[in-house]
Amino acid sequence: MKFGVVIFPGSNCDHDAVYALSRNLSQEVVEIWHRSEDLCGVDVVFLPGGFSYGDYLRCGAIARFSPVMRSVKRFAASGRPVMGVCNGFQILLEAGLLPGALMRNRNLRFICKTVRLSVATIDSPFTNRCRPGSVLAAPIAHGEGCYFAGGDLLDRLESEDRVAFRYAGENPNGSARSIAGILNEGRNVLGMMPHPERACDPAMGSTDGLTVFQSLVAAAVPVL
Amino acid sequence: MKAIVRVALKKTVLDPQGRTISAALNSQGYAAVRDVRQGKYFEIDLADGLDRAAAGAQVHKIASDVLANPVIEEFAVEIRD
Repeated sequence: MKFGVVIFPGSNCDHDAVYALSRNLSQEVVEIWHRSEDLCGVDVVFLPGGFSYGDYLRCGAIARFSPVMRSVKRFAASGRPVMGVCNGFQILLEAGLLPGALMRNRNLRFICKTVRLSVATIDSPFTNRCRPGSVLAAPIAHGEGCYFAGGDLLDRLESEDRVAFRYAGENPNGSARSIAGILNEGRNVLGMMPHPERACDPAMGSTDGLTVFQSLVAAAVPVL
Repeated sequence: MKAIVRVALKKTVLDPQGRTISAALNSQGYAAVRDVRQGKYFEIDLADGLDRAAAGAQVHKIASDVLANPVIEEFAVEIRD
C-alpha cells in the first residue's frame, strides 16, 4: 500500500509520519511537496502536523490554497482515504473537507503530552482494527486544538456516528463534547488532533497509533 | 483607495484571550472594564479609481472567503478613499 505524506512549508511532523509508515508499518511512502498536484498514485493521503505558513492568518488558512489541495479535494471526493493530524486537521477544516473549526486551547497554553483517546466508532477505514470502546495512548502537541461546532452540527456528528475519537477522562483543550477526531459524511476523511504517527515505535512509549494505520491497510484489502 | 477589515470571534463564541485580558485589566484596577473581545485588523491597499460599491463587494468576498472563518468569526468592512 502506498501512502503520500504532503509537505507544506512549515510542516514538522512529516518525517515522523514517513518513519512510522515506512519503518513501523512497513508500507511504501512518498513525500509530496505542496506545490505539486501529482499525488503519485497513492492509496492514502496524509496531511501532517506542524505550522504550515507559520500559522499566519489562522492555522491552516493559507495551506488550503496550495496547489496540492486541489488534488486532495478530488482524491477525497472519489472516496479514497485522507487523514489530517494536528495542523493537517486544521487544514482539512479550513479547506471545507471537514465541518467545524479549531480554536485556541481553553487554557491558552500549548499542550504537549500523552493523552488517552477513546475510539468512538470502528466504522471507518481508520478505526476498523480497533476494538469498540478501546482506549489508545497518543501524544497531543498543539496550541489550537479546541474543537468548536454549533450545537446542531455536534448533534449531527453524533447521530451519524462521525466522531472518531474522544479524549478519555480529562478534556485537555476544551473541545466540544471532548471531540478529538471527526469523519466526513463519506467516512473517508479523518481529522484528529492527537498524533498516532508518534505512537508507532516502541521507543516512543506507545504503539497504539499503529492500529489506526493498520486499519487503513486492512480497509484496502478487498473483502471476498 | 483603502479597505479596512475587522475580524473578531462571534459573540456566541467564547474568546479566552479576550477574557484573560479583561481579567488582567480588572486586576490592574480598571474596574470599569466588563469584557474584552480580541480581534484582527487588516488594511488592504486597493487600486485607485475603483467603483466604491464594486470594491466593497470584492472586499466583502475576500473577508468572508479568506480573512475570517465564518464558523467562528464575524467581520466588518469599511472602504476609505
